[in-house]
Amino acid sequence: MTTAREIARRVNDGASAVEELERSLAVITERNAELNVFLHVDEEGAYAAAEAVDRAVAAGQNAGALAGVPVALKDNMCTRGVPTTCSSKILEGWRPPYNATVVDRLLAAGAVPVGKTNLDEFAMGSSTENSAFGPTRNPLDPARVPGGSSGGSAAAVAAGMTPLSLGSDTGGSIRQPAALCGIVGVKPTYGSVSRYGLIAFASSLDQIGPFAVTVEDAAVLLEVISGHDPLDSTSLPEPAFSLLSSLESGVAGKRVGLVRELVAGSDEDVERAVARAADVLKEAGATLVEMSIPELTLGLSAYYLIAPAEASSNLARYDGVRYGLRIDADDVASMNEATRTAGFGPEVKRRIMLGTYALSAGYFDAYYGQALKVRTQMIAAFSRAYADVDFLLGATTPSVAFEFGTKTKDPMAMYLNDVFTIPTNLSGDAAISVPFGTGEANLPVGVQLLGPGRSEPTLFAAARVLEKAEGR
Amino acid sequence: MSASLTREDVAKVAALARLRLSDEELDLYTEQLSKVLQHADDMQQLDLTGVAPTAHPFGLINVVREDVVRPSLSQADVLAAAPDAEDGRFAVPRIVGEAP
Repeated sequence: MTTAREIARRVNDGASAVEELERSLAVITERNAELNVFLHVDEEGAYAAAEAVDRAVAAGQNAGALAGVPVALKDNMCTRGVPTTCSSKILEGWRPPYNATVVDRLLAAGAVPVGKTNLDEFAMGSSTENSAFGPTRNPLDPARVPGGSSGGSAAAVAAGMTPLSLGSDTGGSIRQPAALCGIVGVKPTYGSVSRYGLIAFASSLDQIGPFAVTVEDAAVLLEVISGHDPLDSTSLPEPAFSLLSSLESGVAGKRVGLVRELVAGSDEDVERAVARAADVLKEAGATLVEMSIPELTLGLSAYYLIAPAEASSNLARYDGVRYGLRIDADDVASMNEATRTAGFGPEVKRRIMLGTYALSAGYFDAYYGQALKVRTQMIAAFSRAYADVDFLLGATTPSVAFEFGTKTKDPMAMYLNDVFTIPTNLSGDAAISVPFGTGEANLPVGVQLLGPGRSEPTLFAAARVLEKAEGR
Repeated sequence: MSASLTREDVAKVAALARLRLSDEELDLYTEQLSKVLQHADDMQQLDLTGVAPTAHPFGLINVVREDVVRPSLSQADVLAAAPDAEDGRFAVPRIVGEAP
C-alpha cells in the first residue's frame, strides 16, 4: 500500500485527493461486509474534505502534511453531524454537535476522515468482541480477533482501507491491536494529544494515538495531532512533537533496559521476537541492560480498580436526559435505570459495578485508595529505571491474535492481554508497538518500546531501527 | 482484606449505578467480579503506609483561561440531541410527587 507520506507528496504535487479517496472507498466496499471495520462511512464529508484539498492545491497552496490522506477514526471521537456511537446502543444514532480537536487538526493538515471504526463498547475490551454492533475480524486471519479496544482502526490500516487511523489507548487499546494486526501503534505521553471530544472512559489514562503501516507515517500523524489544546485542561503546555527530523538518528550510544516483567509469561514466539529485537538494537550500537521492575506486576490489579472507578463516574452521564437512548418510564429514576439497563452491554455493566464498588463507602481505602498508592510506586519504579537507561524493551502482548470466543467467558483471562501495556498508562509515559516478525500460524508479533514522558523522538528513532532490520 | 463479594453486595452496587439485573445476571456478576477483586488481593498485602496516592500522571493544577466570552454551541444545537425537550429545556418524566 502507498504510504501516507507518499500520498501527501503526490497530492501536493497535483495528484487528485478525490481519486485517493475513491481508492480507499473501493477497498472499504470490497472488505467491510466481511471484516466489520467501519460502523459508518461518511462519504459526503470525505468528498467535501478531498475536494477542498484539490481546490487548495489548484490555487497554489500547500495543502498540508497529510494532504489527501484518507484517515479512519475510532468511533469514540466526536465528529460534527456524523454518528458517534462508542459501539454502544446507548449512543446509537447520536450526532455530536462539535468535532474532537484531533478531527479539526486532521482537517487542517489536509487529511480526509472517511468514517468511524468499530471498538469494544466504550473502549472496554481487548478483542472488539464487546461491540454492540458485532466484532471486527482480523484482516490477516478472519477467524481471529484484531485485538481491542481500537480493533476497527487497527484493522482499517491492516486491510489497506486507509493508510492511517486514530485509536485511543487506556490500558493498551492502541498497542495491543497494532501488535495483533501487524502494524505500528503509538500510545503518546499523557497530555500530549488533546482529549477534547474523545468520549471519556478513564480520564487519567485515556490518550489518543496513531496507527500506521510505517514508523514514518505514524510520526507524521502524531506531529499533526499533538500539541497544546486550551480546550483540554489536562493538555500539557508543550508544542507539537518534532519526530521526522530525528527519525533516522538510530540508537547508537543509547542504553536499553530489557525488562524481565515485560516478557514474563509470554508465548515462546513472542519471547523470541523480543530477544531478536534486543540483538538488533545492540548491533545498532545500543547497550543492553537486563533489569527487573517488580512493581510492574501490580499494574493489572491497580488498573482494574482505577479504570473502572473512573468509568463508573464518567458513564454516569448516560442517563437518558441530554442525548442518546431513552427508555420511557413513569418517573426519572426508573427512566434512568431502564435506559442504562437497555443501553449498556455486559462488559460495561461489569466495569461500572466494579468501579462503583471500589469507590463505595467502606471499600474506598482498601481498593481505590490502595490502587492510587500502587500507581505512585509504579511511577517511582519507572523513574528509577529511566535514571539508568534511555528506554525499555518488552513484548506488547503475551501472544499473537487469538480466535473468537476463547477469552470471553472469563474476564480475567481477557484482562491479562494488557499486562505489558497497562503500566505505561498508569505512569502517563510513552510507548510504541512495532511489528517484528511472525509467530504461531504465521501471525505478526509486536515488540514494545517504552520511554519516559515526552521521549517520543527517541522511541520513534528506535522503532525505525527495528523496522529497517525487518527490511521495511 | 480478602475479597468476598456477596450477591447482596452486587445487588446494592447495581442499584447505586442505576442498573437492573436479572437473577441470572446477579449470579454471573457476583462470580466474575469476585475473581477480579481476588486478583487485587496482591495489592492488599502491601504495606503502603506513607505513600501518597496519584490520581493523575502529571498533576497539572489550576488550569484556567482568560475570563472572556467565546463562541459556544447554540441552545438549539444542544437540545437537538435530547430525547425530549420543551421550551428550551431538557424534558424528563416526573421527579417529585407520588412514589412510583
